[in-house]
Parts: sequence; structure tokens; C-alpha cells
Amino acid sequence: MSPFLQVSGLTRRFGGLVAVNDLSFSVAKGEIVGLLGPNGSGKTTVLNMISGHLPPSDGQIALADTRLSGLGPHKIARQGVARTFQLVRALPSLSVTENVIVALAFGRKRLWGEAARLEALKRLEQVGLAHRAGQQAGDLTYIDQKRMELARALAADPQLLLLDEWLAGLNPTELQTGIELIRGLKSSGITILMVEHVMEAIRALCGRCVIMNAGIKIADAPTAEALSDPAVVTAYLGEQHA
Amino acid sequence: MLVTAVLSGLVLGGTYALLAMGLTLQYGIARIMNLAYGELIIVAAFLSYALFTYAGISPVWALLIALPGGFVLGYAIYGLLMAPLVRRARNAASLEIDSILTTFGLLFVIQGLLLVTFGANFTSYSYLNDAVQIFGTRLAANRLLALVLAVVLGAAIYLVLTRTLWGTALRAVAVAPGSAPLVGIDVERAARMAFALGGALAAAGGVVISMYQTFTATSGVVFTMKALIIVIMGGVGNILGALSAGLLLGLAETMVATYVDPGLTLATTYGLFLAVLLWRPTGLFGRAVR
Amino acid sequence: MTPRFLLEISAFIAVIAALALLPLFASPYGITLMIGMLGYVALAIGWALFSGPTRYVSLATVAFFGIGAYTCAVFSEVLAYPLLLLVAGLIGLGVALVVGLATLRLAGVYFVIFTFGLAELIRQLVTWYEVNITGTLGRYIFLPVTPEGIYWQLLALTAAAFAMSWAISRSRLGLALKVIGEDEVVASHSGIDIARVKLGLFALSAVIMTLVGAIQAPRWTYVEPSIAFNPTVSFLTLIMALLGGANRLMGPILGAVPLFLLFEWLSANFPNHYSIILGLIFITIVFVLPNGVLDFIEKGWARRLPVAKPAEVHK
Repeated sequence: MSPFLQVSGLTRRFGGLVAVNDLSFSVAKGEIVGLLGPNGSGKTTVLNMISGHLPPSDGQIALADTRLSGLGPHKIARQGVARTFQLVRALPSLSVTENVIVALAFGRKRLWGEAARLEALKRLEQVGLAHRAGQQAGDLTYIDQKRMELARALAADPQLLLLDEWLAGLNPTELQTGIELIRGLKSSGITILMVEHVMEAIRALCGRCVIMNAGIKIADAPTAEALSDPAVVTAYLGEQHA
Repeated sequence: MLVTAVLSGLVLGGTYALLAMGLTLQYGIARIMNLAYGELIIVAAFLSYALFTYAGISPVWALLIALPGGFVLGYAIYGLLMAPLVRRARNAASLEIDSILTTFGLLFVIQGLLLVTFGANFTSYSYLNDAVQIFGTRLAANRLLALVLAVVLGAAIYLVLTRTLWGTALRAVAVAPGSAPLVGIDVERAARMAFALGGALAAAGGVVISMYQTFTATSGVVFTMKALIIVIMGGVGNILGALSAGLLLGLAETMVATYVDPGLTLATTYGLFLAVLLWRPTGLFGRAVR
Repeated sequence: MTPRFLLEISAFIAVIAALALLPLFASPYGITLMIGMLGYVALAIGWALFSGPTRYVSLATVAFFGIGAYTCAVFSEVLAYPLLLLVAGLIGLGVALVVGLATLRLAGVYFVIFTFGLAELIRQLVTWYEVNITGTLGRYIFLPVTPEGIYWQLLALTAAAFAMSWAISRSRLGLALKVIGEDEVVASHSGIDIARVKLGLFALSAVIMTLVGAIQAPRWTYVEPSIAFNPTVSFLTLIMALLGGANRLMGPILGAVPLFLLFEWLSANFPNHYSIILGLIFITIVFVLPNGVLDFIEKGWARRLPVAKPAEVHK
């Protein structure tokens, strides 16, 4: 299968610190890939570079045949890349529906007016938040804000969805619902790259994992195999456990 | 002609550097943009003018009044107007709007008082206006004195900031306002001191300027702008940056005035400012405080 | 179309019509006063259009106002009147696009100083041009425009500006502005081209300001750079729009009308101490509002006028 998302030689420096160092991997169309690694290993920086939030210092990112690296975030969004943020970014003074309409109005669909409102409600229903549609986003609980953020990302009609610890902080019941929700997205053909720490979710969802440590890729293999890789175990648990 | 221009440029640049050092202390350490900064300069210029014209007191002696006077004024402005705003501010945006409006208000009040007292005319006085021979060219003695005063004052403040514990504490606040309290630095006191020192430098600059330039009750805003431009060019909070950028701007303005057109000096300042902002937004010399 | 919408439209048209009839009854002084007031209302609407949602505190108002006035003065003898306004608007637009492209990446106090300096720079350039190229500093404007004519034009401009800001607030562009004001990262990741939106709004707001200057210029008969580029205009516009509530449709009007009358009264009764009193008012306002000006604008107005949406910011 030809790669859909192709990352090659990606590097990001902050002053003297190299947060991501010569990282290359690819994701096939319709695949769910986990991007793992200990805290500070550069995962979020990678997502930030794919979504255009940070320009890469070096290297290339391409989606299908389009080069993403070098484009601004709004142009990357219009190429069909949507994301959620590690720390939820709601638009607190807008209503929940308006939050979702933002992605519809300026994303690939360019919906506005009544059509946008109906579509937004559909997306809210999809994440189980339809009953909060009229509320101010700032009044939602943290978990509901996360749901809303996913609805907003889905409303953008993405080809590639970037999830940054979207499942973190959910209780066991919510986690099951969340996993089902993401699995459902896969069947609708969306390609997903997810940064995640919840092992249960990774095992349930990701066919393959890319694992990073200190900015470098240390494993890239089917999930079970990647997680048992000695280098990975060392990275997570330290030298003596390897 | 070139030597004259360079010397005049250094005089102007030295004064600018002095002014910018004061503002970079205020803005870099107290983190409040004092839009009435130039008004302090003009107050001191008028003070010097009044002392010289009505009492025959030389501007050098006026400095002895202006320095502590500016210090007290800066201290009072921070303590009375800024500190209450800082204490109640819940976020940066709110403090920014409040401090902009307050210092605007102060700008208007001081400017109004000056207009009522001295009128709107161009003001100047003639002190040490004889030419001296230097490097094969002639330069007015007052300009030479201005340069000497700027160098002495600038060097003094630089030594205080780099060689004393007290100065080091101030610089620590400029670099890391969040961590300074952890090592026992009282940030509010540091901010007050920075404002006071900035006020003293503004006043000193005002006296120095009045020795060789004409000024009006309303020219404060132009000085605020130039000082801020220098501060940004030099990197906020960076004393040496302010010094170098001040000299650079003084030279550039004098060169344009001498060889192109005196009416285009502000355009030069502005062009330089834009170029720096677009090319290196953190300033020519980075943000670090040396 | 809802009944409420129709009601609002009719009310708007009725108010404009009533205002249009005013010169038939008002004294010459009344008309002068109304011209000044409408000018500031239009400036405040223009200011709020850009600065309200983006939170860029701009002091460039008088730069554009002055460009308008000066264009009117320079071309008053060569161009027919309506064409004059068109040229002024185009020059304002051109300057706004150039300035905007160069500076809209600045934020906070840098932008404040930059816009403030812009007015000063343009004033000096105009002075330089007049002294060196034309050889005179001041210019006379003789245009066959009556005070009533100026009043009606300003009224039309104000109505258009108001209608525009109303239309924007309901459009896709309005939503884009709200999102930008709230969180630029979300805005750009949702596909909003932030730079273009800001530039467009900056230009629109500048054109309104330029036109106010161009329309008002004939009232002065004589202009010179220090009159046309008087920085007080920027300060007054800022304080009017800010205190009225720059994010609310009626805000600029609610701020401009009472404050204009207050400033008018002050300058008539205390001509020499005007700027001192003005400064003290600024300071008092900041200190009287317990949680600061921004909080007052965002929460205070919302409490007082329950229809409004509170624009709360959680950081």
C-alpha cells in the first residue's frame, strides 16, 4: 500500500534543544497508527508540525501527493487535516454548536447558515453531545469539552485526524465509548494518527505504533511487537528492566 | 563634514542611548509600557531651561536636581498608579489596557501642565554655545558636554546593574519574573526601583537634550517613540543593546539630516524600526540581558 | 425574515430618516455639533470594526483621518467632488494594505506604538513634501459644500458603517473574527486565514476613517499637517469605542455620543486645561472600574444589557 501520510527526515530544534531528530515514518490510507513515547519525547511536537502549528526546522511532510511542510495551518486544514489538542482548546464564549460550525464554515465543506447548523448537530450527536448543543462551551465539563473538540475536528471532514491524548482522563465506561467512537471513524475511511498513553486504547485501536524517545524513532512495528521491543521497554522503564 | 556628522551623530546617539536605557529598565523589568516616559524628559528639559534662564544655574547643576527628582517621580508613578493596577490585574491583557490608558492619562496631564506653564512655543537656551576644535572639526561645547554626560551616566548605570547585588537582582527580574521570587527577590520592589531609575535616566536625558536641542511642551511623545524603538531594536531589557541601538539611531538620523534632508529623520527612525521588526522581531541583539 | 429582524430594520431606517431631517430644524451651531459628533461616531465604529474583535489597540485613526482630509485639500481644485472622496478612499485603502501587510504580525504594545508613530510619520512626510515640493505648508479648501451637505454625507457614511458592522457580525467573517479574538490557534487550525481576515478588516476600518476625514475637511477651509494629523483624534476615538464596548454593535455609538458632548463641553469651558482634565478622566476611569477596563467592557456591559453575549475569556 502506498503511504498516505509520509514524514521524512523531520527535525525540529528549539534553540540548542533538538526536540525531534530526523524522524521518518508513514501512515497508509485508513490506518490507525499510535505515536508513543515517554513524556518529552517529542510526540506533540510532531503533531504540531504536521498540523502546521510549528514549522519544521528540517525535513518533509506530505499528504497523498501534497506537500504539507511549509504551508500555514489554515492551508493544511483545508487539505483535510484536523486535530484535537492535548490541552483542550474550546472557544469558551461561543456556544457548543458555534464551536462546531467554525470547522464547517472554514473547513473543506464551506457550510453556512441552516445547513451548517444541522450538520453541526449531527456531529455533536456522533460524539454524544447533542443535548448540550445550546450551551456556552465554557460551561461544559472538561470531558464534554474534549468531546466537543472531536466533533469540531470531525466537522472539518478530515482525511487525516490527529488526536493528542484524546482518551486521557476518561473513566472506564467513557473510555469504552471513546474507543468505539474512534473505531467507527476508521470504518468511515478516516486515517488517524494518535498520541496516546492509555495502553488499553492503543492495543484496541492501533494496528501499528511509532515509538519515540528523546526526539528519535526507536520502534516502528505492529503494536504488540513494538511494545515488547527491548529498546522501547528501556525507554519507558529505564536501563535495569531491559 | 563627515567627521562633524559622525560627532554630532554620537552626541545624539549618546543621548538616545541614555533615554532608551531608562525605558528598557522600566519596560523590561516592571513590564509596563510607560507612554508618559517622554513627558518626564520634557519636564526635565523645561526645568533645566527655567533654572538657566531665570536663575542662571548651569544645566550641570540642574542634573543634581533632575536625577533625584526623576527618581522620586518614577518611584511615585509606579507606587501610586501602576502598583494598584498590577495587583488587581487578573491577566496580561487586562493590565495592558489599564496601563496604556493610565499612562496616556498621565501623558495628557503632564503635557497640559507644561502647556499652561510654558506655552506651546519652541524653547531653547544658549549654554556653552562656543565651538571647540576637535578631530580637525568644530563642535559646539554644549554638545561635547552632552556626550560626556551621557557616557558618564550610562557607564555609571551599567556598572550599578552589572557589578552590584542590587543591580543583579533587577536584571534577574527582567530575565525571569516568575522565578525571581524563588531566590528571594521582591518583584514589586524591583519594579518600583526600575521605574524610579528609569525616571532618573529620563530626567537626566531631558537635561542633556535641552542643552543642545529645541523642544516644545508636546515633543515628549516623539521621544517616547524613539526610546521605545531603540529598546525594541536593542532587545527589551538589554542594557548594552539599548546603548548600541541608541548610538546607531543617532548616527543614522544625523547622516540622513546631513546628507539627505533634515525633514526625513523621523522617516529614517521609522524605516529602521520596521526593518528590525520584520527582520529580527526580538531585537538586533537578542532578548538576553547581559 | 423574522418579525424582530423587520422591526430592527424599520427602527434603523426611522432613526436615520429622523436624523436626516434634523438640519431643517437645527441652528448652525447645532449642525456643527452634529457634524463633529457623527464624525466621531463613524470613527469609533470604524475603530471597533477592527480593534474590537482582534484586540489590537490602534492609534492609527488620525493617520487615515488626516490622509482623507489632506487628499481632499490637495485635489480639491482638480477633481470633481464625488471623485475626490473616491480617490481619498483609495489612497486610504492603499496605505492600509501596505501598513497592514508590514505590521499585523506585531502584537500588544508594539502595535500601539507602531500605529501611533505611523500618524506622526505621515504627518512629517506630508510636511516635508509640502515644504520641499510645493513650497507652502498650509492649504485652503474651497469646495461648494454646505454644512448640511457635510452632515448628510457623514450620516450616510455612519449609517453605512453601522450596517456593515451589523452585516459582518452575522456573516462568516464575523464568526472568523470571534474565533480569532478567542483563540488564534483554533482559528488557523479550522482553516481561517488569519492574516487575510485581519488585513481585510484593517483596510475596511481605515477606509471608513479616511472618508470621515475627507468629508469633514471642507469645514476647516484651511488645513495644515498639525491640524489634520492631531493625535488627540486617535486617543478620543480609542476611548469612545473602548468604553462603549468595542465588541458590541451599539457600543461605539453609546461611547461616542456622551463622550463627544463631554469633550465638547470641556474644550468650550476649559480651553487651556482641556488636556489636563482629559488625562485625569482617563486615569479616573481606570481606577474607578474595580476589575479594570477590559473586565468592565466584557462583563459589565453584559450584565447591564442582558441581550448581549458575554465575551468572557478564560485563560
